Amino acid sequence: MQSPLIPNLSDQEISAIDNEIAHAPCRAAVAIDALKIVQSHRGWVSDASLQAIARHLHMSAAELDGIATFYNLIFRRPVGEQVILLCNSITCWIKGASQIQQQISARLHIGLGETSADNQYTLLPVTCLGACDRAPVMLVGEQLHTHLDDAALELIFRSREEAEE
Amino acid sequence: MPVIRIDGQDYEVKEGDNLLQACLGLGLDLPYFCWHPAMGSIGACRQCAVVQYQNAEDQRGRLVMSCMTPVSDGAIFSLAGDKAATFRQAIIESLMTNHPHDCPVCAEGGECHLQDMTVMVGHRDRHYRGLKRTHRNQNLGPLIQHEMNRCIACYRCTRYYRDYAGGTDLAAMAAHNHVYFGRHEDGVLESEFAGNLVEVCPTGVFTDKPLQQEYTRKWDLQSAPSLCTGCAVGCNTLAGERYGKLKRIHNRYNSEVNGYFLCDRGRFGASFVNHKQRLDWAGRRSANGRFDAIDSDQALQHLAAACQRGGLAGIGSPRASVEANFLLRTLVGADNYSPGFSAAEQPLVELALSLQQQTRALIPSIKQIESADAVFILGEDVTNTAPRIALALRQSVRNIAYTMAAQLRLLPWQDAAVRNLAQEQRNPLFIAALADTRLDDVAAATLHLAPADIARLGHAVAARIRTARAHSPATLSPNKVSPNKVPPNEVMDEALQQQADTIASALLDAKRPLLLSGTGCGSAAVMAAAADIAAALGSPAAATVTKGNVNNSDSDSDSDAENSSTTASKVDSDAAGPAVMLCLAVPEANSLGQALLTGPSAPTLEALTVRAVGGEIQTLLVLENDLYRRGPAADIERLLQHVAEIIVIDSLDNPTLSASTLALPAASFAESEGTLVSMEGRAQRHFPVFLPAKERRASWQWLLACLQAISHPRTTDLQHFDDVTNACASDIAALANITKAAPDHLFRNAGLAKVPRQPHRYSGRTAMGANVSVHEPKQAADEDSALAFSMEGVNQFQPGALLPFVWAPGWNSNQSLHKFQTEVGGPLKGGTAGAKLLQQTGAADDHAAPLSPSAFKPVTGQWLLVPRYKIFGSEELSAHSPAIAQLLLPAYLEITAADAERLQVDEGDGVQVMDSASGATLATLEVRINDTMADGCAGYSVGHSAHQGSIFNLVAGTGVALQKADPWQRRTQSAPGADLIATDSPTNSNTAAPGGPNHV
Repeated sequence: MQSPLIPNLSDQEISAIDNEIAHAPCRAAVAIDALKIVQSHRGWVSDASLQAIARHLHMSAAELDGIATFYNLIFRRPVGEQVILLCNSITCWIKGASQIQQQISARLHIGLGETSADNQYTLLPVTCLGACDRAPVMLVGEQLHTHLDDAALELIFRSREEAEE
Repeated sequence: MPVIRIDGQDYEVKEGDNLLQACLGLGLDLPYFCWHPAMGSIGACRQCAVVQYQNAEDQRGRLVMSCMTPVSDGAIFSLAGDKAATFRQAIIESLMTNHPHDCPVCAEGGECHLQDMTVMVGHRDRHYRGLKRTHRNQNLGPLIQHEMNRCIACYRCTRYYRDYAGGTDLAAMAAHNHVYFGRHEDGVLESEFAGNLVEVCPTGVFTDKPLQQEYTRKWDLQSAPSLCTGCAVGCNTLAGERYGKLKRIHNRYNSEVNGYFLCDRGRFGASFVNHKQRLDWAGRRSANGRFDAIDSDQALQHLAAACQRGGLAGIGSPRASVEANFLLRTLVGADNYSPGFSAAEQPLVELALSLQQQTRALIPSIKQIESADAVFILGEDVTNTAPRIALALRQSVRNIAYTMAAQLRLLPWQDAAVRNLAQEQRNPLFIAALADTRLDDVAAATLHLAPADIARLGHAVAARIRTARAHSPATLSPNKVSPNKVPPNEVMDEALQQQADTIASALLDAKRPLLLSGTGCGSAAVMAAAADIAAALGSPAAATVTKGNVNNSDSDSDSDAENSSTTASKVDSDAAGPAVMLCLAVPEANSLGQALLTGPSAPTLEALTVRAVGGEIQTLLVLENDLYRRGPAADIERLLQHVAEIIVIDSLDNPTLSASTLALPAASFAESEGTLVSMEGRAQRHFPVFLPAKERRASWQWLLACLQAISHPRTTDLQHFDDVTNACASDIAALANITKAAPDHLFRNAGLAKVPRQPHRYSGRTAMGANVSVHEPKQAADEDSALAFSMEGVNQFQPGALLPFVWAPGWNSNQSLHKFQTEVGGPLKGGTAGAKLLQQTGAADDHAAPLSPSAFKPVTGQWLLVPRYKIFGSEELSAHSPAIAQLLLPAYLEITAADAERLQVDEGDGVQVMDSASGATLATLEVRINDTMADGCAGYSVGHSAHQGSIFNLVAGTGVALQKADPWQRRTQSAPGADLIATDSPTNSNTAAPGGPNHV
């Protein structure tokens, strides 16, 4: 029985998911893509969104939640406008990723896994961004920033603030 | 058989086993977590590591996981080798880094597999000083307690719940060292078999919630081998008591019946034993209508006097033991004894018995049901009427996976590989039912039909099989196809005929086809149709399988041949034709025993009523039976009003007891010994777990005392329970084998001692009653069984029927079971409990098939009442268990959305149910919309209390008219489950704890 309490997916989301289903052997096979699609529209995957996806894919919510929570980059809690993924893997670590993290934390007043008060940024560590030759690196939204140091950080955040103003 | 060398010693082991299984079977101690005998190996926990050597020269060896290593001739292993022992210790140490060490407050403590394994590997010192990860627990409903911090991530819970039991609402969440096993959000676990998590979880993540209300450790429980009285499957249980209260039910392994698992009705439905409305004293209604407690001797005198006055009749009970029923029948005489079924039920149960007696098909045990390779269910909603069978059917549809695996030389215990190989491929399971069932997700096809149409479909399948057989030269069936066996083909719907063809060809292709039906849809025609298909499929081969299958030892050897799916392929089916199985469910724990006791044409309740109205009955004795559940209240009152003396022996207060003139307090199943006959005709014995309190006595004791008080000739030499069993066995030929259900009271273990009900660590024996008296009481004696109310004795070597608990040195948990088995997953060393009673003639297979009923034609404005069972609520006694009472729904009527619209009612509204013929209102029930209901049918919840609190009585097959009830006080708050759906707000997210972005 469909409960009216579970919100529907948007037409856009549904058509994107159905597009994936067309290429898959069974509906449940597109679970990860469906989660990514909904997250790209809503920023994160709430319980209600998850239930709506599960219903659309004919899966149980528990089964889909098992998949959603397995992946670090499917967000099951709200995140800020921009997610900062700061690499802390070996190369970036050698090149001073810890100091970079301190800088960011000091600037935005957030620790790892936290969202800034203005809801602009969420800071998360990541294992590798595939740009070790330009370490230390971080991803802000979809923008990769390399060769990070104090000056670079200053520039990144200042320019973003200015862009907003 | 391959010979392997373990630590310098040679052992013969079974081909195809894995090393862990082999070691445990040999009695060697080897720690493990993720492996489970019923679920195979996945090699996840790395706990069972051993050293394997290349050859005799190899001094170094390499670590292998024993659960993933097949035994092969000449292989050399070491369990004790340093490398393996150190590794195993390190594994436990790493598991323990996040374990809270909260054993003193953990309900698993004292029977914890994790504790046992930790001690076994010798991990003593905690080196880890860091923080432990913590989780938020979920409320999983009234049955199961959740404490995730104790988890060691062995994945057994989800493997059991999802892979084995088919549940969808429990999953492994998140990753790394914060894996979380739970639901998407708080809520009652949906599976009817969720309670097994308590025994499957190797530590204290999932524990028995009702037990925790008044907790007792395993070592303080007094236990006895018992039986579940919740349905007719006859699952074996271990019931545990402390301070005069039944504390819990655990599974008692029986390789033929319940194996390792119970259903939740069985596990949590027995605490009606502790109900405050239990009858404690005998009572007599005085002249002013009041009920006074009286002395038991006095009560007995009244009873004896009443029995001597003449005009005596008795009503037995399908939920009371064979012995109590036999004594009542002896007391009142066979002509005056009614087995206590309802008018509708009696012919159905008698038919179920005679169909089973007259078929050549095998009457399968649960283990044999698991081996079926094609199943057709006719009308029975087994998940709700005989739940444990539904779990077995879920295994049967996986047999194709083992066949595929065998072709690739993949061993059946390679669980992940075998499941991956088969994916969604399943053996065919066809369900023709009144509406949706909980097995639909694994069914090849489900059809929702009225009973008559289910029967027609069945006969059409049988006809199709006969036609196919007639044209096949290979089959020389003794029952030649006679034209009159083919039911009239007249107006068979074309789509239905196609379905019949599909089902017939699947059954014809099968080597072990199973036909499953029963009394659950209230139709004799449906059961007859199932038997007809079995007859059509039947062959001489099937007959040879069943012929020897009458006593205990034979059934053992049978089962060896049919040892699980692993070896199913080598059963004698290829050459000799298929081994057809016919399984018919009956309603109650001793329904079949009653049918065997009385034989056909026993007086019905109606017959007794007629005689009572005619003034022939002055005294009516009612044994453990609430008559108001057996017929419309008006009919029952008519019977009771015409009887001067109504004597009721029962345990729990009910309307019949309230109507009695003399009430005698009966001991429950947990306080008495008795034999029950399960639906497959297996006689099994339950033993008293503890002595009945106050003046409660076993029903057979009340009746025997009465018989002796009136010097009844049949009972002068009867003294012990066994004497009654023997008398019954010698008087009733059909019950001759009940004496083999368990050893008698003279049995002594190892020739010396009784079997102790208390573990050797039982504490406080002399102090438990100190609040009453500081003097040490004498231990109670048990004159009627070979079990003792004591710690002294031997709990080893005895027959399986006398196993009161499982414990072995170093193995405090239920995992010690392998020490009691001949091999892992095999029969108990002492032999399988129980004795099969049914003698099969095969006569029916040569008779003309019963004619198919005519098609059901829905009439606008009229509905056919059909029964809908619920695992919680349809059974009388379990519904009184406090934990289960929280899950009960109010009585309801299921109709389709279209019908609801026609009646202008919505879910939760009231609807008046009126007899079409008489126009009389039968009941007013809450509407539930179920679009899968067969056209023209309305499903009523069987056994549920109606809104006045009394048991309504609707009869399956009645034509009724429906009308919106106005005014109506809604009984359920909202649609079931709606309150469990979260809103979009982040604060309401329960599952964010295990996963979420900030878990790093």
